[in-house]
Amino acid sequence: MASPIEQFEIKPIVSFGKIGGSEIAFTNSGLFMAIAVAIIGLLFVYGTRNRSLVPGRLQALAEMGYEFVASTVKDSAGHDGMKFVPLVFSLFMFVLVCNLLGLIPGAFTVTSHLVVTAALAAIVILTVIIYGIAKHGAHFFGLFVPKGVHPLMLIILVPIEVISFVSRPISLSVRLFANLLAGHIALKIFAGFVATLVFAGGWIVLSPLPLLLTVAIVALEFLVAVLQAYVFAVLTCIYLHDALHPGH
Amino acid sequence: MTGQDEKGPGPREPAETDASLESRLKSLDAGLKRVSSQAEAESRRESAKADSSGIGQAMRLSTEFIAGIIVGGGLGWAVDKWFGTAPFGMIVLLMLGFGAGVMNVVRAAGLMKSRADDKSSAQN
Repeated sequence: MASPIEQFEIKPIVSFGKIGGSEIAFTNSGLFMAIAVAIIGLLFVYGTRNRSLVPGRLQALAEMGYEFVASTVKDSAGHDGMKFVPLVFSLFMFVLVCNLLGLIPGAFTVTSHLVVTAALAAIVILTVIIYGIAKHGAHFFGLFVPKGVHPLMLIILVPIEVISFVSRPISLSVRLFANLLAGHIALKIFAGFVATLVFAGGWIVLSPLPLLLTVAIVALEFLVAVLQAYVFAVLTCIYLHDALHPGH
Repeated sequence: MTGQDEKGPGPREPAETDASLESRLKSLDAGLKRVSSQAEAESRRESAKADSSGIGQAMRLSTEFIAGIIVGGGLGWAVDKWFGTAPFGMIVLLMLGFGAGVMNVVRAAGLMKSRADDKSSAQN
């Protein structure tokens, strides 16, 4: 049985030499990121090419994607949040396409690496901090001071609020990465059971059971792939809402 | 509803005055506004439902809680290392981390927000 974590191994495809002892290379992870970006780019360039009043299939897909993100931003971040639609849309589409690409057998799942999801979360939280301070100045730090609380309680509550804020990028990145990692490992293990049972003599009669479960998990993985991209987008909007209105 | 309005009398009633046209336009306007606000409220309710459904919510709550504790513990460790206050920085900040984790969960579950909404609606 192949190791269930072998699929997450990063292999260099083209190496550009070494900088400071670490190898700089175009890896399979980079390849699948590039494929994801190419798919998104093609979908939207090709899909919006005709701009017909009655959309074709691709145009309908592109429009649905845009409208879905735009309404999510409007619901969660409010009307002033609409200027962040490009950011949220890019993040959502990238995560969604990477998640779905990873479900193709043999493909590499970019979002199952903590580095990638942490980088995406860092983009979000840095946007929140930089925009919040640029727009509201010191007033942005009012985010850490809950209203209507006795001043003595603030000694405890302000550190709690700060920790809560710092934990946001961590929960944002760990959630996406852990869901994808766990799902792919579970899938590989149950698929491995099928092969093991087939070659285990009389136990072959049991082999359809893990096969059925594998099929069910694949369906669940599709749900998780879309759901996690959506959750990432919604939480980005909620955090951006804090940058826009720090006074709660 | 609006379809009926559009199909309405129109050309079949030649004795139409400007005033009646005006009033009909107004009532149509009001009807449209009502329908669109209803649709908006419905979509908001639906999105809230989708947001709070099943695995997504469960996954979210657990990671929110754990992230709070990890950050509290990490900050405590860093404070102890920098200021040599071991083990008190870790103890205090881990406790605060638990507090932050619980607050994250309460916030993520939308309990705090709904209470704030109740309050503001009661004041209004």
